[in-house]
Amino acid sequence: MNFEFTEEQLMIRDAARDFAQRELLPGVIERDDKATYPTEQVKRLGELGFLGMLVGLEYDGGGMDTISYVLAMEEISKVDSSVSVIMSVNNSLVCWGVEKYGTEAQKQKYLKPMARGEKIGAFLLSEPEAGSDATSQRTTAVDMGDHYLVNGTKNWITNGKSASTYIVMAQTHSELKHKGINVLIVDAKSEGISVGPHENKMGMRASDTCSVMFNNVKVPKENRLGEEGFGFKLAMKSLEGGRIGIASQALGIASGAYELALKYAQERKAFGKEIIQHQAIAFKLADMAVEIEAARFFCLKAAWLKDQGKPYGHASAMAKLYAAETAMKVTTEAVQIHGGYGYVKEYHVERLMRDAKLTQIYEGTSEIQKIVISRGLIA
Amino acid sequence: MKILVCISNVPDTTTKVKFKEENTLFDDSGVQWIINPWDELALTRALELKEDAGNSVDEVSVIHVGGAQTDVTLRKALAIGADKAIRIDACPADAYSVAGQIAAYLKENPFDIVFSGIESSDYNGSSVGAMIAEFMDYSGVSSVTSVAFEGDELILYRAIPGGKQKIKAKIPLVAVVQKGIATEPRIPAMRGIMMARKKPLEVKPAIEMQILTKSVKFEMPEAKGACKMLDAEHVEQLLELLKNEAKVL
Repeated sequence: MNFEFTEEQLMIRDAARDFAQRELLPGVIERDDKATYPTEQVKRLGELGFLGMLVGLEYDGGGMDTISYVLAMEEISKVDSSVSVIMSVNNSLVCWGVEKYGTEAQKQKYLKPMARGEKIGAFLLSEPEAGSDATSQRTTAVDMGDHYLVNGTKNWITNGKSASTYIVMAQTHSELKHKGINVLIVDAKSEGISVGPHENKMGMRASDTCSVMFNNVKVPKENRLGEEGFGFKLAMKSLEGGRIGIASQALGIASGAYELALKYAQERKAFGKEIIQHQAIAFKLADMAVEIEAARFFCLKAAWLKDQGKPYGHASAMAKLYAAETAMKVTTEAVQIHGGYGYVKEYHVERLMRDAKLTQIYEGTSEIQKIVISRGLIA
Repeated sequence: MKILVCISNVPDTTTKVKFKEENTLFDDSGVQWIINPWDELALTRALELKEDAGNSVDEVSVIHVGGAQTDVTLRKALAIGADKAIRIDACPADAYSVAGQIAAYLKENPFDIVFSGIESSDYNGSSVGAMIAEFMDYSGVSSVTSVAFEGDELILYRAIPGGKQKIKAKIPLVAVVQKGIATEPRIPAMRGIMMARKKPLEVKPAIEMQILTKSVKFEMPEAKGACKMLDAEHVEQLLELLKNEAKVL
C-alpha cells in the first residue's frame, strides 16, 4: 500500500487550488446570491482541461486518472461547488459513458468538443415522478425505424440550459420495464426541446438546474449509446463513477469549511484567548479533521479501484454516503464555530452549509446509497 | 528566435523558515518547493511572446542550476508550456557560480533573449541576471516591467523612481524582469501536466567554478513585541513611548 501521490497528481491538485483561489473565489458570494451562471469560470475550466480531465488524450481529454480527479474536485469544491458540479457532471456522467460505450463516430462528434471544454453535456435521468426510483421512466423514445421519437419531461437537470449535448434516458419498450430503456445522445438544439426556468435553489445556486421538455423530438438511430435496452444499466454504471465526483465535491465542501473554521478559531478571541484554546471548539475541530480525513480515504479508495479496473460501485456508494454526511456535519459545525459571523454570507461557511445539503440528495440520496451498500453486503 | 528563462527553485512563500547546524544552513525538511515567483512571471511573458504569431519566437527553454530533486520544479515549467528544460547538475552555491554555470551553457548553446527574475524569493541576491550579461558580454536591462518586439529590436520598459524608462535594445540581451512583466503566472493545463514528462529535460554536468562567497550564519529577525494599546486621548504618553521606548523620534 502506498499513500504517496505522484508528481503529476500533486501538480494537478496545485493547479486546481490556484485556479480556485485566483479565479473562483473572487465573486463567488455574488454569483451565489444572484444565482448567476459562472460563464467565464466554466470557460476557463474548459481551457485548463478540467472539464474533460478523465477523457483519454486521443479524444482531446486530459488523460488523467481518477485519483487526480478526486484531488481536483476537492480543491475546486472548497471554493465553489456550483462550478465543481458542472465539472463532475461533464466528466463522470456524460463524457465517461460516451467514451466507454460510444461508437467512434459518436466520440468524434460529441466527445471531443466536450473533452476540450468547448461544449458541455447534461445527464437527463430524473423525472417529475422518477427520482430515486429511476426505473419508472415516463419519457418515451418510440422506435420509428430510422429515428427515435422522444416525448417527456426531465427534472433537476444540471447544465440543463448551458449544455449543448444531452444524454437522455427514455423508455422504448415499456413491457420490458427497465430493460426497455435506451440512452440517446441528443443535440440540445433539436427541434421540439424546450428548457424550463432556472430553479431557485437553496444551495449551488450558480449552477443551472432546470427542467427539459421533449415534444416529438427526432433523434437519429445512430445516436443511441450502447446496445438496445442497455440504457438503464449504462445510467447506473455512469452514476457509480458520478458518485466519486460528488463524494469528492462533498469532501471539498467539508474541507473548505474546516479550513475557514480553523483559521477563524485561531484569530477570534473570547474570554481572553483564541477560541481554539477552548476545549469546546478544539474538540469540534478535531472531530471535523478526523471525519474529513476518513471521507478523503473513502474517495481515494473508490478512485483507486476504478483506476485499477476493479469493481468500484460499492466503494463509490460508501464514499458518497460518508462524504455527504460529513459535509453536512462539518459545515454545520463551521457555522457554529464562526458564531454570528458564520450566519452572514461574507464568511462563506453558510454557503458551504447550504451547498453541503445537496450532496446528501443528488446523484443518489444518502438513503439510496445505503440500499446500494446493503445490497452489496448480501451479495 | 530563442528565449531562455532562468529558474530558481525556492521554498513556497508561506514556508516557516528554520535553520539548522547552529544557524549555518537552511532547514529544508518538509518544505514545498516552487518556481521563484518572478521567474514564473518571466516564463509567462516568454510564452506570450512565442504565442504571438507576429513574433518569430520558436523556442522557450528554461534553465536551472541544482540537484536532481529540483526536476519537479522544472517539470512544472514544462507543464506550464516551456519547450525544453536544462538542469546544470550543481549545488547553487552563490550568484556568481550560478551565473557562471548558465553562461557556460549559453556559450555552447546560444539564445537570443535571456530572462531572469529580479531576485529569488529565498536569498534575494538580485545578481544572477546582471552577472550572466557580464559573462556573455550581452546587453543587460534591469527592473524590466514590459517587453515587446519592434522589428528586430526589443522595446523594454523599466521601473525607475517616480516613473518608467523606455529602452530600445538589440539582441542578444539579458532582461532582468520584475512584477508587471506579466499579469499573473500561468496555471498549467491538464494536457500540459500530462505532456511534461514527454518534453526534454537535459541534465548537463557542471563546469569547474570557483566559489567566491560562503554563507557563515543566518539570523532571524527579532520577534515583534506585544502591541501596546493607548487611549486616543493620551497623545503625550504616545509621544513619550515613541521617544524613549521605541526610540524612533
